[in-house]
This record gives sequence, C-alpha cells and structure tokens, in this order.
Amino acid sequence: MSDPAPDTAAAADPAADKRSNRGGGPASSTSPPSAMAKQSWRDWLNDDAPKSRRQAKLAAWYRAWGELRANPMAMFGFYILVALVLIAWTAPLIAPHDPFDQDLAARLRPPGSAGYLLGSDSLGRDILSRLIYGSRITLYIVALVALLAPVVGLFVGTAAGYLGGWLDVVLMRITDIFLAFPRLILALAFVSALGAGIENAVLAIVLTAWPPYARIARAETLTIRNADYIHAIKLQGASALRIITRHIWPLCISSLVIRVTLDMAGIILTAAGLGFLGLGAQPPSPEWGAMISAGRKFILDHWWVATMPGLAIFTVSLAFNLLGDGLRDVLDPKKNSK
Amino acid sequence: MSAQNEIRLEHLDVWFGSGHARVDAVKDASFTVPRGDSFGLVGESGSGKSTILRAITGLAPSWSGNIAVQGKPLRGKARTKEFYAAVQMVFQDPYASLHPRQTIDHVLSEALHLHSFDRPDERIVQILDDVGLAQSFRFRYPHQLSGGQRQRVAIARALIIEPSILLLDEPTSALDVSVQAEILNLLTDLRAQRGLTFLMVSHDLAVVGHMCSRIAVMNLGAIVEMLNVADMRALKADHPYTRQLLDASVQRRRVG
Repeated sequence: MSDPAPDTAAAADPAADKRSNRGGGPASSTSPPSAMAKQSWRDWLNDDAPKSRRQAKLAAWYRAWGELRANPMAMFGFYILVALVLIAWTAPLIAPHDPFDQDLAARLRPPGSAGYLLGSDSLGRDILSRLIYGSRITLYIVALVALLAPVVGLFVGTAAGYLGGWLDVVLMRITDIFLAFPRLILALAFVSALGAGIENAVLAIVLTAWPPYARIARAETLTIRNADYIHAIKLQGASALRIITRHIWPLCISSLVIRVTLDMAGIILTAAGLGFLGLGAQPPSPEWGAMISAGRKFILDHWWVATMPGLAIFTVSLAFNLLGDGLRDVLDPKKNSK
Repeated sequence: MSAQNEIRLEHLDVWFGSGHARVDAVKDASFTVPRGDSFGLVGESGSGKSTILRAITGLAPSWSGNIAVQGKPLRGKARTKEFYAAVQMVFQDPYASLHPRQTIDHVLSEALHLHSFDRPDERIVQILDDVGLAQSFRFRYPHQLSGGQRQRVAIARALIIEPSILLLDEPTSALDVSVQAEILNLLTDLRAQRGLTFLMVSHDLAVVGHMCSRIAVMNLGAIVEMLNVADMRALKADHPYTRQLLDASVQRRRVG
C-alpha cells in the first residue's frame, strides 16, 4: 500500500516542475525590456494554435509579410512605393520651389544648376518640385482606378461565373465589347465625350480597365463554384449573394490584387498618355504625362524637360511591377489550398 | 410505435446532359430510410450512389420521380430553410470540403449564424469536444490540419446546427486505414448520442457493414439488391453482382 504512493508522488513531481517552469516562463520573459518583448510578440504571431480570431488573422498577415520580405526585388518595389507615398504626403515640406512659380529669367536651366537640381522647364518652373507635386496626382489616379475598376470587375465576373445562364452570357458579351476596343482609344473617346480633366480621365480609365478583371474573376469563380466547400455552405442554407461575397470573393481577390499591381504601370502610362495628348490633367497642373508633353517641343536641345518626368513614370511603373510579381508569389491561392 | 420514414425515394431517375449526350446516372431507384436508421448505398465508382445524395440535396442538375424528406416532397433544385436545418452532408474529400481561407472557428460560427443559433461560443467549444478536436484547433486554417482532423471539422460543421439526417458521401475513403476506424467510430457514437438518421454511401462493404443496418447494392445506376447486415455477414445474397462484391471483400480480408 505504501509503495505506490511515493511512486506517484515522484511521477507527479516532474509534472509539477514543468508547470511551475511554464508559469515562470512568461513572467521572466516580460521583465527584460524590448528584446524579449519583441521575441514574445513574434512567438505570439507564429503560434501554431492561435487563441482568438484576431490572432489567427494577424498571424496569417505576418506570415505573408515574412514571405514578401524574403523577396528582395519585391521589397525594392515596395520601398519605392512607400517613398512615393511619403513624398506625396510631405510635398509642401520637401519641394524646394512652388511648382507653379514661373521665373522666365531662369527658363530651361540644365539639371544641376544652382537651385534647380533637375533643371527647369520652358517657363522657369523647377522640375523637381513639379515632379514632387505630380506624385500626388499620380497616386490620386492610381488609387481611384485601383478602388473602382477591380470592384466593378469583381461584381460582374463573380456574378456571371456563379449564377451562370443568360446573365453570364449577357455580362460576358458586354465585357467582350469593351475588350474589343483598344484601351487608349476608348479612353480618348470617353474623355472627349465627358470633357478633359483628371476625374474624367480616371473615369475613362476605369471604364476601359474593368473587363480583364471581370474575366479573371469569372474564370476563378468557375473553378471554385463546384468545389465541395461551396456545396457545403450552400447546404448550410447560405444565399447566393452570401456565397459570392463571403466565400468566392476572398479567393478571387488575391489574383485580382496581383493583376491590379501589375496593371498599375499600364494605368499610370494611360493616365500619362491622356495627359500627353492634352486630355488628362490640364496645363498648369504638374501631371507627369502633361510635363512630358510640354517638354516635347524642346526634346532635341533641352532633353531633361521631357526625360525627368519620363524617368519618374518609369520608376513608379517598375516598382509596381516588381511588387506585383512578389505579391503573386505570396498570395497565390493554389499554394496554400493544397 | 410506427417508425416514420425520414427519407423516401420512389422511382428516382437522375441524368446529366440531354439528347444524345444524355447520361443516365440513376435509374428507377426506390428505398426508404426510417427514423434513426442507418442505411448504406454500396457499389463501385460510377454506379450512381453519390448522385442519389446529390439529387436529395439539390446539387444534381435534373431528376424525376419522388423524393420526400421527413414527409415533405422535394422539387427541382431549390430547398427550403427547414430542409437545410434537417439535412446535412459530409463530403468525400476533406481536402476539398473546407474553405482554404477560413479558420475552423469561422466555418462553425457561420453555420450557427445562418441558422440563428444563440450562444455561438459555447456551442463551438462543445462541438469541438464532441468530434474529438482539441480547443487549440479552433482558430487554425484547414492547411494546418491533417486529413482526419479536417474530416472531424467537416463532421462538426454538419452537426453543429443539430440536423436529424446526415448524408455521408464516402466519409472515410480519402483517409488512411487507422484514421478511417477513428472517424467511423466517432460517427457511430454521435449517431447513438443524437439519434441521427444516416444515409451513407461507400464502395467498401466492410465500412457499410460496420455502420449500417440495411444496405442497397447499386450497379450501373440501378439498385440490384437490398439486404440486411445479418444477411450480408452470412454472405446470403441472391444477385450475382452482390455475390461478386461480397466475394471480393471476403478475399481481400483473407489476403490482407
């Protein structure tokens, strides 16, 4: 009778030790300040068994961010875009001149001359300041198009793909009609009908940009709609609207996000093209495409007037392409679904 | 005590396509499943057994004949909210039946939300216990789980809204043998606890023999024979195809 008792006590002891260790662990890790706190924060995010909805969601984001960080080219693009946003935000603080301030005595100064780091244009305006303020317009156009076009495409594509039947036929033929026009020409037609200006240029770009998104969303939906997990939620009694918005959209969005970042370059170029043709932003406004257009007259003798905004467009387009490529690797839904 | 029929099928035909491309998947199938019973549909792949489940749940494109669930006749592909509350299904492939971007918690709470259950947190904790999953799995994504764990989640999803009929479409065929036994025992226990009616599809006579009290043998879209599990165990079968199936199963058992 007395024999087993010490045994069980001995067996219980290591367990008790472990428990006290585990209890002591977090307490000791909170006492050293930043390094250990950072460590436990990371552990919390990498926890294999999350304890709340928020933690599961944050951990998924953290994992995606870790993957993106492992891709140096994507991070290069990402940093350029972060810099662009910062420049646009702090434009009045960092611009050396007023972008609209004309100084005819200092017209067409070459890059590097005193006070004009990137030179001045035909009206003596500082090109660097105009580029800095122009980044606001570029971001404005990009953000508006990125918010509108994929959403329209997502609605049309998923509705056509999931509901099928005559709705699919009608929506996809409309999409085909829009796809059949050359993009810039259609945008030109819209702008000339609506009137020149940035808002109308954005609208025209959106109207020409949504069909590829609708196509992608429909293709994704067709592969998803017959999956067992869609059947399962249907058997739970979910409505078509709920299935489309809650269950199909999350799986389409990643491929759309990739496509949008890859298309950003094209959107910036289209906006610049409209500006170049005089149908986008109007003259005093420092839009990059309009700046190239204004520099065209001097391109042989004063190359920098057109080249500097061209380089800006090139850099930002490249950044979006690099980031889009990296996002494709991170967000690819086929990778995790197994 | 007269047992009410939970599921009644009369002269069910299911086909895909039309005209020359028409394929008859199920031909003139009739059977009834009384309340609390466990009924098995056996046959080789392509014999139409899963299609019967799809016709009941409204996932099959076109069918004719009569299907009644809990005495209420069904029509076309539309199903009522009461139907979805009473009938749930567990799918064959646990790797394909869970949404890849939703945590287990999300899947279960959405099911509860759709049927307006109260106290979602308590119910989720309870159902995870019932299907033998640790609470630490609650906020994981499907890709963090094994096949057997996923199938437990699929069972939890079906049972959390407290249905009275469970349709099982080869619930263990995608799992390896040791996990198969666990899932089958879990299903048997849950049926006993909750008084569920099972309609189970399988190509494996051993699985059906373990789970069901009556079975229907299907071949080429038609039900060729119905027999009790006692008859099946005694190898008493009239139809040559059933004999063939039983022989194959017995031989495999001896070799294995």
